[in-house]
Amino acid sequence: MSIAAKANALWEYANPRKFLATSERVLPFFWISSALFLVVGLVWGFFFTPDDYKQGSTVKIIYLHVPSALMAINCWLMMLVTSLVWLVRRHHVSALAARAAAPIGIVMTLIALATGAIWGQPMWGTWWAWDPRLTSFLILFLFYLGYIALWEAIEDPDTAADLTSVLCIVGSVFAILSRYAVNFWNQGLHQGASVMRAGAITGTDTTEKVSNVFFYPLLTCIIGFVLLFIALVLYRTGTEIRARRIKALLARERVNG
Amino acid sequence: MIALLLRDLKLAFRAGGGFGLGLAFFLIVTVLVPFSVGPQSSLLATIAPGVLWLGALLACLLSLDRLLALDWEDGSLDLLATAPLPLESVVTIKALAHWITTGLPLVLAAPVLGVLLNLPGPGFGWLVVSLLIGTPALSVIGTFGAALTVGLKRGGLLLSLLVLPLYVPTLIFGAEVARRGATGMEVQTPLLMLAGITAATVALLPFASAAVLRINLR
Repeated sequence: MSIAAKANALWEYANPRKFLATSERVLPFFWISSALFLVVGLVWGFFFTPDDYKQGSTVKIIYLHVPSALMAINCWLMMLVTSLVWLVRRHHVSALAARAAAPIGIVMTLIALATGAIWGQPMWGTWWAWDPRLTSFLILFLFYLGYIALWEAIEDPDTAADLTSVLCIVGSVFAILSRYAVNFWNQGLHQGASVMRAGAITGTDTTEKVSNVFFYPLLTCIIGFVLLFIALVLYRTGTEIRARRIKALLARERVNG
Repeated sequence: MIALLLRDLKLAFRAGGGFGLGLAFFLIVTVLVPFSVGPQSSLLATIAPGVLWLGALLACLLSLDRLLALDWEDGSLDLLATAPLPLESVVTIKALAHWITTGLPLVLAAPVLGVLLNLPGPGFGWLVVSLLIGTPALSVIGTFGAALTVGLKRGGLLLSLLVLPLYVPTLIFGAEVARRGATGMEVQTPLLMLAGITAATVALLPFASAAVLRINLR
């Protein structure tokens, strides 16, 4: 198959009917495999890895903290891509997928913040510190909040899709800008942010600093979270499509009846 | 363009335009701060640059929902959209008018309020400079938020929710300039970053605001 034909095959899923049929076929696979990976990863991580020599058993919250933080950022990236697709090609499924993903993203952000606080309390002696990473996640949370609120506030679905898409694009630029601004700001405040940095583990840091004993179950959990995210987005997008259809049917009935 | 600017300025200065509102809000916020944190002059001197920046930002935010809403209500926004002037220019002029009526008075009032908060001597100049450079960005970003929420019935609170995260970088660098200036430190880096943010937002965001406004006027 040529590349153009493959690209065409991808756009076929812009048809809601085709999307629903396919997503319903593949959804069970994603549910089951994500459950499998999560159960294996979490059980492996919680019961079959040794305690860290410094952190004790608190290190095990890493199996929830890192994957959720990863998905919180990737979810925004996915929304950015689908928003662009909506603005350029006007596929409704794309806009609805962005809408469906936002609540998942905000929950992932909250999980990352909450597990981080629970982890930080015994390790740093504080639930919260204005560390650059923590602060940028809080700002990401605010972005999700504004995005969802804008979706909810506008009645006309196409207008809402357009406006939230533009907000997502502008917000992405400002989110990146905030990330660097926050880095700058905290270095300006505390000269020695190195203590916090060792504790604030993110995806990129763990691969270098976590030993293999912790890394493989962590990888399993990350795969589980990715699969879970895909399953949730497919499921919620299907729900959004059906809700849109019900609305259209009700409107038609009002006009006819 | 100049006619539109003069019209907006006239509307803002005359009765009911809400010209002094932001200024009064800024004054009240600044006056309330010592009551909440205590009157120790050393403490006030430490937090003065940040408080003044935050007060100016909130005062800016307060006046945003009037930026386009009045023109939306009486229909003149539709006329402006169909006028030969590109909508991008209209939005830029609106932001400029907002800055002249809100941002500029805040810049001028800030040193006076700085005295109230016991701002250290070298801080005054940098506070004014940072506000002068930073407030245009606040107006332009605010115009984007106002354009997003213009058609909504109760858009005021949503507007704040949308705009506040966008204000974060400007606030960080602006307050950093004022803070470093007040303590006699090097200000060049945050000052350049602040100027960069303002230049970039002034150059790019009007396109986003105009696009959003077109969607809302559809």
